[in-house]
Amino acid sequence: MRGYLGSRIAQILPTLFLVSIIVFGLQQLMPGDPALVIAGESAGDPALVAQIRNELMLNRPVPVQYLHWLDNVLHGNLGYSWRLQEPVMQLVEQKLPVTAQLSVMAFLFAVVIGVPMGILSAVKRNTAWDWLANGIGLFGLSIPTFWLGIVMILVVSVWLGWLPPSGYVPLTQNWVRSLATTVMPAFVLGNAIAAILMRHTRSAMLVALGQDYVRTARAKGLSEWVVVLRHALRNALIPVVTLGALQLGALLSGAVLTEQVFSVPGIGKLVVDAVFNRDYPVIQGVVLVTALLYVLLNLITDLLYFLINPRMHAG
Amino acid sequence: MSTAAALAPALPVPDSPARVAARRLLAHRSAMVGLALCVLFVAVAAAAPLISPVSPIATDWSAIRQAPSWAHWMGTDELGRDELARVIFGARASLLAGVVSVLIAAAIGVPAGLAAGFARGMTDTLLSRIVDAMLAIPFLVLAIALAAFLGPNLRNAMIAIGVTTAPIFMRVARGATMDVMTYDYIEAARAVGNPAWRVAVRHVMPNIFPPILVQGTLSIATSIIAEASLSFLGLGEQPPTPAWGSMLNAAQQFLTQAPWLAIFPGAAIFLTVLGFNLLGDGLRDALDPRGI
Repeated sequence: MRGYLGSRIAQILPTLFLVSIIVFGLQQLMPGDPALVIAGESAGDPALVAQIRNELMLNRPVPVQYLHWLDNVLHGNLGYSWRLQEPVMQLVEQKLPVTAQLSVMAFLFAVVIGVPMGILSAVKRNTAWDWLANGIGLFGLSIPTFWLGIVMILVVSVWLGWLPPSGYVPLTQNWVRSLATTVMPAFVLGNAIAAILMRHTRSAMLVALGQDYVRTARAKGLSEWVVVLRHALRNALIPVVTLGALQLGALLSGAVLTEQVFSVPGIGKLVVDAVFNRDYPVIQGVVLVTALLYVLLNLITDLLYFLINPRMHAG
Repeated sequence: MSTAAALAPALPVPDSPARVAARRLLAHRSAMVGLALCVLFVAVAAAAPLISPVSPIATDWSAIRQAPSWAHWMGTDELGRDELARVIFGARASLLAGVVSVLIAAAIGVPAGLAAGFARGMTDTLLSRIVDAMLAIPFLVLAIALAAFLGPNLRNAMIAIGVTTAPIFMRVARGATMDVMTYDYIEAARAVGNPAWRVAVRHVMPNIFPPILVQGTLSIATSIIAEASLSFLGLGEQPPTPAWGSMLNAAQQFLTQAPWLAIFPGAAIFLTVLGFNLLGDGLRDALDPRGI
């Protein structure tokens, strides 16, 4: 286990180094002089522009700028929001729990919808159930998250008046209100992941149902549902869990639009507001943090896979 | 012609793999539905000036936010512009972005994947690490960041989506190249003295085309959603030129008074993406009979 962990961390380090270069490189794409962009309406003040240039080392060679930026990042300094006048790290710390709550709820929705649909589709292969499950899966993959969000606000909030159309209440403040404000965005966010999980579960179940141990279980006279749930599903779930966890990146992508549509003040809304206000340090900071989170979640998934899959221990 | 040749029974000529795949695709009902949807939206985009009832940017202050009627089949927006005309012209931005982004992604990803799978060693390690780093950043987050830093317009949105999609093409091309490299005809092509570039371009490249085609079709669907997402956030096509994403953004403000503004552009995105997804799935089944 320790050797496996060591080799995985050794693989991650160059990836993180390259991620840091990509994130730093974003700044170089900015058209014109970044100091003038940062100065904004005060761009006519040469002293201020010179001060910004000095502080950000913009008058030094790019590799020196990168090392300066990397040094700050490694010390937890992701820069300063030009608009909100707050450290980016502090903003991320404030917004991350909101996105985490939304993502966990979305993932639960995805599992509760996607896995049973995949099982049903595989067990009832080439029947109306299979077509229906595949149709729902394809619907989930093809519908834009933000449109589904808008339609749900229209139907559930505006027409039926069942749930609030937007906003957020923290879990610690009032858990009922918190769930009421997040259940709709979480469903929208989990929808696409449910479709992917459904497809993976169906494929894995079809493979598992054709294995000898399933035939043996049937020959022993076990009921079909015991065979499906206890024998086939247990083995099919290992790749599904891994592939499902890899969809966490899609959750973070989807959160950007979902939080914008439902006005949920998470990381996604933070980056969108930063885009509207050309608050570049916030955009850079959020990209770096989401990449770091994604890499760490992948590492945890790999380790879990190592722990639950006995074949890897034997290997 | 000799007598023996004339009397020999005519042997059935085996179909080429391309012909077999085409026949399978034509028999795939959902793929044909997808193809029909794709053709429909491409035709609408191409013939927009001919079929649109009015100009998509013509305002009519006496017809603001009118519900669908015989005069305006999809209603009018907050400036009195005809929603049907805007949905028809909006197809142009979405399909253009979908196709151009995928071409950009393939132009970067396929040569890189071919080089990695063909050369292996350090080239492969370096390119694969870069791809890992790009894939570590969630797709839309990176596309938004790139589009934000490059500046908000359709061209930059297409570049952002193309660059962000390129790693997927690199992965697919690398895997397919490594598979093709194990075949005897590659060994034979090398044995007769072909230089490496010729083996790669003439012998490997045509054989990695099927998975690239499948990925390309599915990526058009993803790119259309990505373009709509960027337009929704104001990073794509700029007003007054219509784009489905920016139309949905504007519609959000009038959800209670004019819900139809949120229905039609979204339905257009959904149907176009559904078309490319169905076609992509059908192509995968037709080109890879082992797939479930």
